[in-house]
Amino acid sequence: MARISTAEEWGHRLESVDALESYREQLLAERDPDRPTIIVCHGTGCRANGSPKVAEAFRAAIEAENLDAAVVPQIKTTGCHGFCSRGPLVIMEPSGIFYEKVKPDDAEEIVKTTLVEGKPVERLLYENPNTGEHVTHHEEIPFYKHQERIVMRHIGTIDPRDIRDSLASGAYKGLAKALSTMKPEQVVEEVTQSGLRGRGGAGFPTGRKWTTAIKAAERKQEPLYVVVNGDEGDPGAFMDRTLMEGDPHALLEGLILGAYAMGAHEGFIYVRAEYPLAIEHLNIAMDQARELGLLGEDILGSGFSFDVQINRGAGAFVCGESTALFTSIEGRAGEPRPKYVRSAEEGLWGKPTVLNNVETWCNVPLIIENGAEWYAGLGVPHSTGTKVFSLVGKVNNVGLVEVPMGMPLNDLIEKIGGGVPGQDHFKAVQTGGPSGGCLPWELRETPVDFDSLTRAGSMMGSGGMIVMDDRDCVVDVARYFLRFLEDESCGKCLPCRLGLQSMLQFLDAFSSGKGSVEDIEALKSLARAVQDGSLCALGGSAPNPVLTTIRYFAEEYEAHIRDGKCPAGVCKDLITYRIDPDVCTGCGACARSCPQQCITGEKKEPHTIDETQCIRCGMCMESCKFGAVVVE
Amino acid sequence: MSKKSEKDNGKIHFTIDGQEVEAEEGWTVLDTARHYRIPIPTLCHHEAVKPSGACRLCVVEAKQGDWSKVVISCMYPPWEGVEIQTRSERVMNVRRWILEMLLAECPAAEEIRALAAEHGVLDTRFKVEDPEEQCLLCGLCVRVCEEVVGVRAISFGSRGVHKHIATPYMVPNQACIACGSCVTVCPTGAMEARLERVRGDIAERTGHGFAH
Repeated sequence: MARISTAEEWGHRLESVDALESYREQLLAERDPDRPTIIVCHGTGCRANGSPKVAEAFRAAIEAENLDAAVVPQIKTTGCHGFCSRGPLVIMEPSGIFYEKVKPDDAEEIVKTTLVEGKPVERLLYENPNTGEHVTHHEEIPFYKHQERIVMRHIGTIDPRDIRDSLASGAYKGLAKALSTMKPEQVVEEVTQSGLRGRGGAGFPTGRKWTTAIKAAERKQEPLYVVVNGDEGDPGAFMDRTLMEGDPHALLEGLILGAYAMGAHEGFIYVRAEYPLAIEHLNIAMDQARELGLLGEDILGSGFSFDVQINRGAGAFVCGESTALFTSIEGRAGEPRPKYVRSAEEGLWGKPTVLNNVETWCNVPLIIENGAEWYAGLGVPHSTGTKVFSLVGKVNNVGLVEVPMGMPLNDLIEKIGGGVPGQDHFKAVQTGGPSGGCLPWELRETPVDFDSLTRAGSMMGSGGMIVMDDRDCVVDVARYFLRFLEDESCGKCLPCRLGLQSMLQFLDAFSSGKGSVEDIEALKSLARAVQDGSLCALGGSAPNPVLTTIRYFAEEYEAHIRDGKCPAGVCKDLITYRIDPDVCTGCGACARSCPQQCITGEKKEPHTIDETQCIRCGMCMESCKFGAVVVE
Repeated sequence: MSKKSEKDNGKIHFTIDGQEVEAEEGWTVLDTARHYRIPIPTLCHHEAVKPSGACRLCVVEAKQGDWSKVVISCMYPPWEGVEIQTRSERVMNVRRWILEMLLAECPAAEEIRALAAEHGVLDTRFKVEDPEEQCLLCGLCVRVCEEVVGVRAISFGSRGVHKHIATPYMVPNQACIACGSCVTVCPTGAMEARLERVRGDIAERTGHGFAH
């Protein structure tokens, strides 16, 4: 076979599936699996914590150490490892030693101790908060141990800016298989049989959506478009961002497979402009894929042509809704329209369009490569596969996790999340983003799958998971999410534009102890009107946090209204801060932290707060080391 | 009762409030109801422009067996055998809340007050921002100007709770041909009250973009 190029000088078009596979073999052959590699996480979180400087420090340290040319270590910058609260993260390969919170100053010691002497640097290892023991390897850390990373399998090991790294890890194997051995309808059938459901929120069966669009395109004799929804707008959610940043080729491969299956020749990736790194990595990936002939005209010599472009969204939450996303791509204001005709039949420019979420597309190559049967064996019967969640809030291990569908809520939070800091268990979990629902501790055994969450009044949504503890007030939480949604409402339909505003008026009254118990019933009635009457899913699901918090925490609402008390100590109109004179040591830390300067007292004598000046910011409570500041 | 397989000339048979009706191909539920003189209130609907589904006052409940969904009649395509209810509990709940909220949004609109009263809504518990306001942002003026007149002199400004009827840069728009279509289609007196802000002083207008 003709020599294509060496791994280091690439850029030739791969003219066939065989050429791709021999190029892959060549790449693997030129790689030394034992070559020391320092993986420095370059996800957005770790970057913000200074990981580029850490990588720079490693380069300098290696140069200074003047290591033998035979063992020249490489430094690899990868996508997000998920354990964002511990960043910047560094993993040493091939040993798998895991370092957390690495600073540039640590680079020299790591090079000397681990690279040269082969020993771990104890102080940078992860410490299990429950046992106090140091954990050396990342796969032993509970946060990783209980996950099943399939969609994210390459994230954190590959350099997302180098297609050769992706190819060496098996990228485009599914595409090669489909182009060489499968007809388009077989690809659709495989996806249908896998049971894959949309990861963007509603959980619509992907295979069925594809079939609807194919039929519509045939009937109407029109082109079909494939679109990626990367307009991840939920506060605290970063699944799609991580997938696009960390493994852009998985998304491209999924999209190309979908296009092949449905006979589409044009695709669009709609990404919010707030994700510059995702856009950068996608652009690099698209250029490199085009250069190798994996994207564009005559892909891998198969005769099938498909290309894709990126559309940047201006960051409107409502543009995550399919029809609003389409109007935005078409160049108009992102407002939804009624969907009595499915967008699979009438979508972008009125043509049959398949819009799937980033994570959904990323699942497709796995299904094609490993088969529908394998995929359907993951998760639970009606929710197959895995789901990526962003686990945030009052939880020890904040980060991105991937688990099989159907894992009990509590396992996710306790085993992977490491539980709630300073408390026995969580109070509530908001699943499904701002328009999801708030589930109480009593429902901790709820399996996390599409249908179980819906039955509990919540939803899968795109996979945001916000953990709350006893210091979170459910009325305040409902208000927070509703305010977000009110702000993001496009204002086209009255139930959403006026309804969210009016619901907020009820909640504002409750949070200052006003209103009556009858108002709770009125609020529920209004919430149902907003659900029933709204044009799109934004308004239709916006009442979920309100309805679920009323359903599961009625007594907390009543405490606000009937007793004028906020049990969690959050609603400012209903609380007062007080210093317990028996506990106060008179250290003065609270007085120094008070922005109102309304805390007075002699040194080493109990201090007092002037309630008339206090703005209830809680700074004094934060600063007190003795727990003397109490909220009532 | 419904005749599932007997489609004649694309006609669709279904019921509205128990009454058997027949829709021509392409009719919406609202078209059919109007044909049979079954009243359904609307605010943002007008024959001259395409429906947009903004006001949601025309909601009805579509049912079959255990399945039921609240939909807007101005855009919902009827299907063989569907049972439409125009005054079910869920429907009236949506309408009454919309009207109560509109009493706070545009308290000066007599038409809204009358419609609300018909639904037993006489007062609002919500905060009134502007007692003089008549506009409910149904968008008829914007749509007629774009779809019928073809000049797009008016549009929506901002979004969500800040949404309002506006001209580009908030100055009178030279593109306005002063045809008055927006005033004609406005369901309340709102457009009349803000016409000057769109059109400006006609005496000042000189030629460009203005049809004499």
